[in-house]
Amino acid sequence: MADKSDNYESVLGGATQNVASFENSRKTPLMRLQGTLHHTPSLVPLIVLVGAILIFTGWLGPRFLPQMSLVFQQIQIVGILALAQSLIILTAGIDLSVGAIAVFCSVIMGQATFRYGLPPAVALMVGFAVGTGLGAVSGWLVSRVKIPPFIATLGMWQIVLAANYIYSRNETIRARDIREEAPVLQWLGNTPNEQLVVWIEGLRGITYERIRPNVTDQFWLDLIWQTKITYGVLLLIAMAFVLSYMLRATAWGRHVYAVGDDPEAAQLAGVNVNRTLMSVYMLSGFICAVAGWIMIGRIGSVSPSASTGVVGNIQSITAVVIGGISLFGGRGSIWGAFFGALIVGVFELGLRMAGANAQWTYLIIGFLIIGAVAVDQWIRKVSN
Amino acid sequence: MDQKGIELMDPILKGVNLTKRYGKVVALDNCDFELYPGEILGVIGDNGAGKSTLIKALSGAVVPDGGEVWLEGKRVRFATPNDARHAGIETVYQTLAVSPALSIADNMFMGREIRKKGLRGKLLRQLDKQAMEQFARQKLSDLGLMTIQNINQAVETLSGGQRQGVAVARAAAFGSKVIILDEPTAALGVKESRKVLELIADVRNRGIPIILISHNMPHVFEVCDRVHVHRLGKRLTVIDPKNHTMSDAVAYMTGAKEPEAA
Repeated sequence: MADKSDNYESVLGGATQNVASFENSRKTPLMRLQGTLHHTPSLVPLIVLVGAILIFTGWLGPRFLPQMSLVFQQIQIVGILALAQSLIILTAGIDLSVGAIAVFCSVIMGQATFRYGLPPAVALMVGFAVGTGLGAVSGWLVSRVKIPPFIATLGMWQIVLAANYIYSRNETIRARDIREEAPVLQWLGNTPNEQLVVWIEGLRGITYERIRPNVTDQFWLDLIWQTKITYGVLLLIAMAFVLSYMLRATAWGRHVYAVGDDPEAAQLAGVNVNRTLMSVYMLSGFICAVAGWIMIGRIGSVSPSASTGVVGNIQSITAVVIGGISLFGGRGSIWGAFFGALIVGVFELGLRMAGANAQWTYLIIGFLIIGAVAVDQWIRKVSN
Repeated sequence: MDQKGIELMDPILKGVNLTKRYGKVVALDNCDFELYPGEILGVIGDNGAGKSTLIKALSGAVVPDGGEVWLEGKRVRFATPNDARHAGIETVYQTLAVSPALSIADNMFMGREIRKKGLRGKLLRQLDKQAMEQFARQKLSDLGLMTIQNINQAVETLSGGQRQGVAVARAAAFGSKVIILDEPTAALGVKESRKVLELIADVRNRGIPIILISHNMPHVFEVCDRVHVHRLGKRLTVIDPKNHTMSDAVAYMTGAKEPEAA
């Protein structure tokens, strides 16, 4: 047997020592685009967003662009929920309870102030704690009891929404009461741009009898005055920055992607999968509570029957999917969800300004969802 | 090193009476196992003989129902792979355990990321990507296993052999006491297999013992000092590749021939 064996490895000495190099010249522009998108998945929704803004500006004329600040205000709740949803979907999960948790937390914040007489700041903390706790329950069900996220959060959605009606006795806390007794709860609805203009004009000794007119002789101050920015919108943008940093530049963020990609591989490679999942669901619950605070600022009142509790989860999933985050987990960026929420907002407002039937918005969003997933599948082909 | 010299030492990693059942299936049946310092131990066995379960019991991926694991004379209990890694046992699994969408550097440092020094690392917990990339590039070129254009490219854009190279490089870079390689050459070409075998010898020369699970008899007989033959959930015998032929080994592990009583 030994004399027959040919030492096939001896010829390796003559093998080319050149390192394998890939042929770049063969890459078509389309393949290069595919590669770029694979590397930076949030580019797709950004391109769609810019395209949509350009189309509406061309269609509706110069009156559209100034309304972008209104778009931001309209999407701030869904935007925050989409951030929470993104974290869950990155771990290959889904959270159907985000909207319900947000409404329940806003109710808790209101009731803690008005029923139990807690200071509003403490009431906020209670709301955040309840949101984080509800997230922890979902996280425990998913990571320890091994209930599929869809089922666990489908149950949580019903439980939280029902608890919300029972606990609040379906009573609304009026905006006026909140404004007079606990303005902190509405603080995120304040507009720092208007406060800035009032402060500057106050320094100059300018006061108005009632409301400041939109147009005065001060062009820049008028511009700032008319740019409707709330603290809630600023908070949304700030949270997108913080989360994107956490996902990109910390070990925790890398673990979130690894868990979404392949939980078994992540576990063997040394990631504590259960702890990562718990932290994601708890953080997501906390972010939903922040959305609850933003709701009070946006709506003014505290209402257990706010529509967010029912449609918030679907809206947030829509934003995440349009934002190019893969429902299979492990792919996508938080900015995608942010842009996704903005895309929906731009189409809603633009089509309404154009006087189109509201159904056109849903029709287009439907196309966008399917298109986004189709693009996602195409981008993934880069790996084969 | 001859066999007698090895057996005078205490084993660095030892399994005693390891048992693991999956329902009615007994994957490990009172299995003993010894790995001595500075050796390469081959583990061979038929499919389903329980090799993988044995390895998982030693590396913390499976908690055995019974039996003990000893590392350097101390009883250890690994509940997770991380426990074993902290103890200095590094494993390359057959499935490689890499995250396809993450970069090579991210994968190499998964679970033991380096943070930046100073406030940015402590307070903001920012990762030192530069240091990690540099280390990863260094380790991969030490391996000479492949050329990677970009250390930041996602692992899913690599070929199967390159992925295996990343997993092997990760184990070789961090294993301080024992390195376990489960079929490390299965997906590799002739040239790459040779590099891995050289790497195995290289790691042994650095004093770190290796457990090599493989179906490739020529590779096992070339690099191993001793070969553990696994059959029906337990150790059948340990043979010295210098005194036995590959046919003997195959006959033992398939039950065609019984080893002489030792």
